[in-house]
Amino acid sequence: MTAVSAPAEPLVPGAPPSATLAQDVWRGISRENPVVIQMLGMCPTMAVTNLLANGIAMGLATTFVMVGSGLFVSLFRRYIASEVRITSYILIIATFVTLADMILAATFPTISKALGPFMPLIVANCLLLGRAEAFAAKVGLARAVADGFGMGMGFTVSLSALSAFRELLGRGSLLGVDLLGPRYEPWVFLVLPPGGFFALGMLLITVAWVAGRRARRRAKAVA
Amino acid sequence: MSTLAWIFVSTLVVNNFTLVMFLGLCSFFGVTAKVETAWRLGLANTFVLLITAVSAWVLNTYVLTRTPFLRTIAFIVVIASGVQIVEMAVRKHFPVLFRQLGIYLPLITTNCAILGLALFQTSRHYTLVEGIVFALGAGFGLTLALSLMASIRERLELADVPAVARRMGLVLIVASSLSMAFMGFAGMGSGQ
Repeated sequence: MTAVSAPAEPLVPGAPPSATLAQDVWRGISRENPVVIQMLGMCPTMAVTNLLANGIAMGLATTFVMVGSGLFVSLFRRYIASEVRITSYILIIATFVTLADMILAATFPTISKALGPFMPLIVANCLLLGRAEAFAAKVGLARAVADGFGMGMGFTVSLSALSAFRELLGRGSLLGVDLLGPRYEPWVFLVLPPGGFFALGMLLITVAWVAGRRARRRAKAVA
Repeated sequence: MSTLAWIFVSTLVVNNFTLVMFLGLCSFFGVTAKVETAWRLGLANTFVLLITAVSAWVLNTYVLTRTPFLRTIAFIVVIASGVQIVEMAVRKHFPVLFRQLGIYLPLITTNCAILGLALFQTSRHYTLVEGIVFALGAGFGLTLALSLMASIRERLELADVPAVARRMGLVLIVASSLSMAFMGFAGMGSGQ
């Protein structure tokens, strides 16, 4: 678990090493977490995490697009010429984003309105193109779907943690339910744009601290 | 005229694309180690933004009137081709810059600032001239944010920072302070 000191390279040449499906899923949530470790998909990470509901919706929508595009990129990997592969991946991703956008607008119109242009902006999330290029285009269907699901879940978990922190301290509520009572003075800074950078910075520092402590403890156990 | 000036100033500082609207953060964190590279990437972005603003207006006015659900797909295809043109031009005329920018040049395609500009322009129903001014404001705002961040990071190289914050953690806290500074302009919008 030296993940923090050596971030994963998003665009590795050659096929990824073989692993079981469970490992493919788990890697996205832990060791290669898209937000905390790889720092991919930063724009939605900070723009929509001022409310927990928005964070969860964005995470799940991204998971849907990751799984769908992983499936199709892997399915057509033998037929896509390498010169036009980036454009083809972007087109596959854009199709699934349009689908997700329409499904969300039909089922949760309020959240869809709150996310606004950040829903179609999932297309420009580098995580999707990065995984299509580095992973889905080089492996079979099942592994591509497992990886997409894992990365999407890792994204959802990080976004939920970040937005729960910002909503709880910035508004004193979670999912719109008032938790800290009327006497709590909301830390409004956290729901404003600078608060997004600040919260993620704090999250990264905490992760680095935990990883460093674990490494020191392991070194002590060996010695 | 005053509308145009307002659009320019508001996208340049009040609603700065990078620091207030969170668009284009990948290059904001990825290419801001050196001032020189940072502002050049900013200008390359400005150029792509201009192309995008014009093509998005053409698409919205003449092509997508009956098929608004194809908007995302149409925009991204236009952006991808625009970036391809810029990449070829930079490779031919500025080979050194081409090597410095590396992967971040093709990655302009997945820079949310570009697609974001097209989407915001659509939702605000800008005319062609307004769209071009919007793109200029956004591009210069992006260049400003990138150069500011890069000059701060150049100084940070020599600073003695606690080990846990040495990587991206500190950069994010710095970005937070920069964003707070830009929030100071927010009062300018209340008169409108």
